[in-house]
Amino acid sequence: MRLLSSYYPDYRPDGKATLKVGTNKGAVVPQEIADILESRSRLPAPRTLPDHPDHDVDILILGGGGAGITAALFAAKEGRSVLLATKLRVGDSNTVMAEGGIQTALGEEDSPVIHFRDTFRGGHGANDPSLLSVLVSEGPEMVEWLVSRGILFDRDPQGGLSLRKGGGTSRPRLISAKDYTGLELIRVLKEDVVNAPVEILEFSPAIELISGPEGSCAGAVLYDLDSRRHIYVKAKSVILATGGAGRLHLSGFATSNHFGATADGLTMAYRMGIPLVHPESFQFHPTGVMFPSEMAGMLITEAVRGAGARMYNRLGKRFVNELETRDVVASAIIRECAEGRGVKTPQGTSGVYLDLVAIDRDSGEGTVEKRFPNILKLMKRHHVDPTKRPILVYPTLHYQNGGIRIDAQTRTSVSHLLVAGEASGGLHGTNRLMGNSLLELFVFGRRAGIEAANLATNRPAFSWRDASLAHVDRFEEELNSAFSTEERPMAPVLFPDYRRQGS
Amino acid sequence: MDSQNEETGAMVRVSINGREYSVPQGSTMVQAMWYTGHEVIHGVGCLGGVCGACATVYRIEGDFRLRNALACQTLVSEGMSFSMLDSYPIQRAHYDVAGLTDPKEELFTYYPESATCRNCNACTEVCPQGIDVRDSVWRANFGDFKAVADLTFSCVMCGLCVSRCIAEMAPHEIALYARRAYGAKELPFPPNLRHRLDQIHSGTFEGDLKRLESLTPDELKKECEVRS
Repeated sequence: MRLLSSYYPDYRPDGKATLKVGTNKGAVVPQEIADILESRSRLPAPRTLPDHPDHDVDILILGGGGAGITAALFAAKEGRSVLLATKLRVGDSNTVMAEGGIQTALGEEDSPVIHFRDTFRGGHGANDPSLLSVLVSEGPEMVEWLVSRGILFDRDPQGGLSLRKGGGTSRPRLISAKDYTGLELIRVLKEDVVNAPVEILEFSPAIELISGPEGSCAGAVLYDLDSRRHIYVKAKSVILATGGAGRLHLSGFATSNHFGATADGLTMAYRMGIPLVHPESFQFHPTGVMFPSEMAGMLITEAVRGAGARMYNRLGKRFVNELETRDVVASAIIRECAEGRGVKTPQGTSGVYLDLVAIDRDSGEGTVEKRFPNILKLMKRHHVDPTKRPILVYPTLHYQNGGIRIDAQTRTSVSHLLVAGEASGGLHGTNRLMGNSLLELFVFGRRAGIEAANLATNRPAFSWRDASLAHVDRFEEELNSAFSTEERPMAPVLFPDYRRQGS
Repeated sequence: MDSQNEETGAMVRVSINGREYSVPQGSTMVQAMWYTGHEVIHGVGCLGGVCGACATVYRIEGDFRLRNALACQTLVSEGMSFSMLDSYPIQRAHYDVAGLTDPKEELFTYYPESATCRNCNACTEVCPQGIDVRDSVWRANFGDFKAVADLTFSCVMCGLCVSRCIAEMAPHEIALYARRAYGAKELPFPPNLRHRLDQIHSGTFEGDLKRLESLTPDELKKECEVRS
């Protein structure tokens, strides 16, 4: 499609680099992704392990968002010892910010098969069919689990789960909790994981994986953000659930992601030689707030377009079908602004109008307030009333479509290392449909937790003396020969640095 | 950061953790901390007003009143003095929602202090989400968990209500308990979900999905009408 190839950031030549090192050598990826993949370890050479690990567990889970929490809950149910380590607090993640909903085929006119087709079409046919088949068929069971934990999804008059329409889908299929879906999920599941037999280490992001016998994974090195010490964990199985990359601000885009979304999992897995799938593919959500500038990047859920919100350029003309897939709508907005039909902000940036007034006009006064209370609350704090005036929007970096290659059991090419959630790749192809990522967290989070427990049970005992950081040394040697003179950045970067230069 | 205001020099005087700074007008409290070189880790989460990490206490010069806010959502103003409350200690019940048999009575087992509300309304006044917290505590005590769910659905669990409660309870945890009990124990199971689960368990879709999985990539693209 010309619109995509001319305007969508994934397909544009600017801001890209060709990888020179590692399993995806030769792939063209955003410069910021190349920087974190072809990067130096935070651990200086010589990289030795202490005589004894600080923790010795069956299952180590890295990341405390939706996928990590789900994996921990199901792994703990299997009776294995579980340690969950996360960068900020448990629940601080992209999951908690999800507004729109979970896509799951519950309608009379719908089925898991139609869900499969819509997702494959939306993903440009680049999706892994085996992952997709698992997603659509196990989705309803995971929703059953969520309902049984007391999560309050919106109901229809018959008491069924209300189904709403998302972009790029042929049937209404989104279940939601007003526009607080992620918050409702995390509030509940965080309480469950805190009450489960799971040891939790907060403010302790992973900075390296540890390799074990025969190229397996044997644990991870964590970094305690408060004591600034390293914590060494020996584990029989490791689950990476480290999430996405928004805070790397690819091509300078604002982001809807949480503060810790710096793709640490990609960095660590890549050093271990695990292939990435579609590392070039990112989702720029069409409608990030552009003005007022202190809110830049904040998401206005796609569900508003499903409910009838329309978009206009500076000339007051509609320029795209608002219910197209996200990449098409985002490209159309970028085109309008690039060709001078955008609306200028006082900061000199531009955007287009997203008009929610149409929702109340079509569906009755008060609809916006009832269905999107969070958006209304957030915007009104900044003196913008979306029921009276349109919001100024521009695409915002929202989701990492690709990621670490996994199979249907969430296994990677390294034994005893599993991946779930946004850090994994293949399921969404090169464009994710709304609501499929929340579903993915639960479907593959559960699979990862159970598989990690199975692997841990069956793993022969191994000695800490067989654990090492040799894969990191090897990767650094490759870096040295590929970049003989250039300094390379250090990663995982953990956080963006927004402090004023020289402050 | 609002570069325009920095250029035009519209600055405001603020005090962060007791130290005075000048920061650009139009900054949020968190942005003001970054501007002045603070490394903020505890106290930052989503930066989008939903994770509840950035509970903050502040005063405005010349006004005796103590106010609270979420730092990522609140703009600084002249003479503002603020400190973040990174974490407020709370006592949380240890329970499994599936194991509740009489949730309305068990509320007093897990949160006996909820019955000691003295109606001062400080929790409601402090809530950055505008929730009628006091009412939600009473509704929970009376067993009207549906009302608690409706009143507290926007709760971001920041814990500012705890910081002001003279009965020293944690209203946001009590509300979480009530919402969960309502969802898991009172609401009927959704019939459309039940119907779909029955179909899945009897293998209704297995054949079609297996067939899709067995197609070659090109056949699958054609079948799913993938646009080129």
